[in-house]
Amino acid sequence: MRYLCLIYLDEKQMGAMPEGEVNALNARHLELNEQLLRGGQFVEAEALQPAADTSCVRVRNGKVTLTDGPYMETKEMVAGFYLIEARDLNEAISVAAKLPSAPLGTVEVRPCRDLTVDGVARRASSKPR
Amino acid sequence: MDIDQIYRAESRRVLATLIRQVGDFDVAEEAMHEAFVAAVEQWPAQGVPDNPRAWLVSTGRFKAIDVLRRRSKHDVSIEDVEGLAESIADPSATEEREGVEDDRLRLVFTCCHPALAAEAQVALTLREVCGLTTEEIARAFVVPAPTVAQRIVRAKSKIRDARIPYEVPGRGELADRLDSVLRVIYLVFNEGYLASSGESLTRRDLCAEAIRLARLLVELLPEPDVLGLLALMLLHDSRRAARTSPGGELVLLTEQDRSLWDRAQIADAVRLVEAALATRAFGPYTIQAAIAAVHAEAPTAEATDWAEIVALYDVLLGFGANPVVELNRAVAVAMRDGAEKGLAAIDAILARGELAEYHLAHAARGDMHRRLGHASQAADAYRKALELTRQAPERRFLERRLAEL
Repeated sequence: MRYLCLIYLDEKQMGAMPEGEVNALNARHLELNEQLLRGGQFVEAEALQPAADTSCVRVRNGKVTLTDGPYMETKEMVAGFYLIEARDLNEAISVAAKLPSAPLGTVEVRPCRDLTVDGVARRASSKPR
Repeated sequence: MDIDQIYRAESRRVLATLIRQVGDFDVAEEAMHEAFVAAVEQWPAQGVPDNPRAWLVSTGRFKAIDVLRRRSKHDVSIEDVEGLAESIADPSATEEREGVEDDRLRLVFTCCHPALAAEAQVALTLREVCGLTTEEIARAFVVPAPTVAQRIVRAKSKIRDARIPYEVPGRGELADRLDSVLRVIYLVFNEGYLASSGESLTRRDLCAEAIRLARLLVELLPEPDVLGLLALMLLHDSRRAARTSPGGELVLLTEQDRSLWDRAQIADAVRLVEAALATRAFGPYTIQAAIAAVHAEAPTAEATDWAEIVALYDVLLGFGANPVVELNRAVAVAMRDGAEKGLAAIDAILARGELAEYHLAHAARGDMHRRLGHASQAADAYRKALELTRQAPERRFLERRLAEL
């Protein structure tokens, strides 16, 4: 089963982090990614640009409108994500707890679901497994 | 043997095993009920089987396949019913791997999984592990039945959709996960014992359920703090008859008629506390039980070993800062060193603001002033406590104190 792990961090706090620490944190993330890949738990991961670089897109009555900034303005913003493969929630939680960013913020663990079309459940991703 | 009796003795075990074999709470529950219906129909004529539980589990398994086949007709999310049916029909492979006796423990840990909301953990545990009805849970917690039903439905959906596993946590996580289970049990007990609102001071059924749950846990997983929690609840419960006057009024520990305390239950609890303490791996519940045991073994309030109680509160605070524990310690200090010392300690806690809205902090403060002969300060504190409590017997108690000043 797939779980999306959303990493929420306080951008102000992260911005104030000394370069050496940021460097070490990023290196630990890349190291963990290798480990998860070897264990068959890694599907995808990305780190995100600051929330200020966000655009929100809405389509209403066929018309596209854009707004600047994140959908929800909160202290802690989504800073990155992992898409992982885990047997069950307990395994997903143990991966989330291993993320080097977890001690700095919050990791939201969301189970993924299939899309059902004409009575057939299909994985949303078109990527071959 | 009558079937009602077998239902009471076996339905939770049968359910716990069926949930593992079927992999779904709702299907297992429906199947369990159908298995009992089949028993009611067949046993009077054919006789009760040698092993009723095994009969019920195996009948339940085939009923579960029927339930799944019926459901798959209008639920597209149930795929490959026949494959599922085959694996349910022949559980021998998993049976060998996993002990059936652990199923009840699996059920407890799943219902108390920290990924579920706290109130959902309580409702689900009472429903699935204790077999209480939704209406009974709603009455006990003074919330509308649909609210309880919704909590249970949501919790079951989360167990299914987020795939919360049906398992006893491994050694590494056991301590944390056990905390969650013990917290649920103690919450159930306290709701019964302290009844956060309403007319009656104790709701005996909830206390009995909590004690029953703890006994089950002691049997299945005798960790030191499991013994400690059971002892703690037995000790509180042993004073039940003395806690309220015949008129339903609250009687403080220091003023209780100690001849009404249940001595046999106290002796049971003391043995449990001693066993837990001897492991040297005990936790906060064991210390709380030890405190309650010192009270229980004292012939009178004055003859209580208050120095020992203060020392135990210090150990308890070592497990983590907690203003309510500090308040209780302050009351013990007052008994050891006099009301003036106690009042200073209570004022220091209140000055930090943490217990400003906690009625018992103001009630204790009122008591200190009363004992020191400060009538007007005592009255102010009792009035503040009255503002903060909705519980009828506690209100009447505070009103009496006010009138006596």
